[in-house]
Amino acid sequence: MSIKNLTLTALTALTLSATGAVSSGDGGHIHDTDFSFESPFGTYDQAQLQRGLQVYTEVCSACHGLKYVPIRTLGDDGGPNMSAEAVREYATQFEAADTSDDADLGDTREAIPTDHFPVSGDPNAPDLSLMAKSRAGYHGPYGLGLSQLINGMGGPEYILSILVGYTGEEKEEAGTTFYENTAYPGGWISMPPPLFGEDVDFADGHSNAIHHEAEDTAAFLMWAAEPKMMARKKAGFVGVLLLTMLSVLLYATNKRIWAPVKQRAKDDAKNS
Amino acid sequence: MSGIPHDHYEPKSGFEKWLHTRLPVVGLVYDTIMIPTPKNLNWMWIWGIVLAFCLVMQIVTGIILAMHYTPHVDLAFSSIEHIMRNVNGGHMLRYMHANGAALFFFAVYLHIFRGLYYGSYKAPREVTWIIGMLIYLAMMATAFMGYVLPWGQMSFWGATVITGLFGAIPFIGESIQAWLLGGPAVDNATLNRFFSLHYLLPFVIAALVAIHIWAFHTTGNANPTGVEVRRGSKEEAEKDTLPFWPYFVIKDLFALAVILAIFFAVIGFMPNYLGHPDNYIEANPLSTPAHIVPEWFFLPFYAILRAFTADVWAVQLVNWITFGLVDAKFFGVLAMFGSIAVMALVPWLDTSSVRSGRFRPMFKMWYALFVIDFIVLMWVGARDTEFPHDWISLIGSTYWFAYFLIILPLLGVLEKPNKAPDTIEADFNDHYGHASSDADAK
Repeated sequence: MSIKNLTLTALTALTLSATGAVSSGDGGHIHDTDFSFESPFGTYDQAQLQRGLQVYTEVCSACHGLKYVPIRTLGDDGGPNMSAEAVREYATQFEAADTSDDADLGDTREAIPTDHFPVSGDPNAPDLSLMAKSRAGYHGPYGLGLSQLINGMGGPEYILSILVGYTGEEKEEAGTTFYENTAYPGGWISMPPPLFGEDVDFADGHSNAIHHEAEDTAAFLMWAAEPKMMARKKAGFVGVLLLTMLSVLLYATNKRIWAPVKQRAKDDAKNS
Repeated sequence: MSGIPHDHYEPKSGFEKWLHTRLPVVGLVYDTIMIPTPKNLNWMWIWGIVLAFCLVMQIVTGIILAMHYTPHVDLAFSSIEHIMRNVNGGHMLRYMHANGAALFFFAVYLHIFRGLYYGSYKAPREVTWIIGMLIYLAMMATAFMGYVLPWGQMSFWGATVITGLFGAIPFIGESIQAWLLGGPAVDNATLNRFFSLHYLLPFVIAALVAIHIWAFHTTGNANPTGVEVRRGSKEEAEKDTLPFWPYFVIKDLFALAVILAIFFAVIGFMPNYLGHPDNYIEANPLSTPAHIVPEWFFLPFYAILRAFTADVWAVQLVNWITFGLVDAKFFGVLAMFGSIAVMALVPWLDTSSVRSGRFRPMFKMWYALFVIDFIVLMWVGARDTEFPHDWISLIGSTYWFAYFLIILPLLGVLEKPNKAPDTIEADFNDHYGHASSDADAK
């Protein structure tokens, strides 16, 4: 692409420009759900992540990859927390490139936990590793960013809303079928409805109504995008706590150092 | 070092004397730390320490991040994910570095606006101000190139738009643009040189900061009254000042601790709030994002860039006068760089003989409007260009230039300033004397 074309495209985008400081995915209807990981004290629900993994494995993975996620992290603390054995067994269902000395180029072998999840099987299906952070469900009002300050970015809410947002209407345009979706910006999405309810049977007996499946999937994808969230929040608390204590000590020190100086000022002001 | 009379370092032991005659480094540190500082400095004088801390934090976290980052178009995005997932503490390092840039700019804006209110830029501190503006420019260049490194969608398209600005320069623009990019478009060569420069510029900033500090240690700090420290004798100077250590070091560290507590809350609980979700999508030259938005700290100048469209009569006039050489796009680019240039020239544009805004009744109102203007421009920079946003950004941009080019020069002539206190000591005693008499009454 020539420099002129690129610049022109960029400038067109620039003049069509923004509705808010953060604006991808605006326009659709977003369901607000109370996820367990919201708020500074929120944590991932281990059972929910495992259910979400099941939906991903049995439904989403037919087309979508998770290429940035190492399979071994399914056993991490602050994640689905599966046993080492379960992770090893889970890995065997995927194939990975065989790079051993006697393998030919293109050979594959059974995946092991240190491999990553596969890339998308359908080249048109985006990778889901970072989906929960690359979409924003909440916007505005008026580009002030207050909604996101209070509700969070709304990535998982956006995913949930897409999964339950199909109306059943379809249309065909230039050989591609589009499906009406109340959450998708513009209202028409090329992904066929992936969930209908009762698509999977959860081992823990949790409801497999579409809304529950979608919620679990969104939670799992949030973990996939931000696997260190619990460690991060903990570090945040430790940091805030230590710095607050340090602030108090420094405040007292500062008061004490300045006290004689201010006393002298008082005396001078009285005498003058 | 300082022009204010004070006690200098006296080497005592044999070794100290030996070293001092060969390299007076202890004396340099002593004079820097013990510099006489006006004792009436208020809480707006803490941002310098915050900024120094930010620079160190960004360099330290950045050096470690660079150990794990790969500046190649095929690997940059996944190396960031590697940092976020596999590097010990990598997610914290990256969030500290990314949000650290935001804190850096937040602090620098308050630092600059403090200078603009209290007239810190006025003689004899013009050089301090100019060096400060150079630091600010280097910060913007560093932040811009740093934002490109994750190689997300906003990285790529932001780089395309901003380097495209140079393409608007008549005749030589396209050559400059290709030279900046290392090719016809943003690509691997661009990413590599941006990484190289992003690593280099912070050290340039560090050197500029040293000169910035040297400059104001030569003139002495400004202060909220704008009255100079008395320099007739050491005794006289000591009535107006206190040594930097411990009085101001402890005060500044207290403020820094409070600010960092808030900073850690942001990193811990909302690290992506200030970022753009699109930057978690890998760069794709074939797919333009619906909205290209710079980071928040660039928004006021982005608004000025976009304000001057071909519909504006001033743009049409300039276009006509220059025989079409200056089109709307180039006009916008000139306006954006000009908005910073007029700020850098403020020591010569402000004609008032009174330094501090505290004693300038008319200035206060125009200044308040200027602060509001800055915030409105920041807001409108992220909005679309439909009515009324086009008008708001045009009015906001016009006021920006009017403030520096018309209002500040005129105010010096028209305004009748209030009387400033005779000395810093009088201001300080007045402040704490009153506070005490109130307390005594109770």
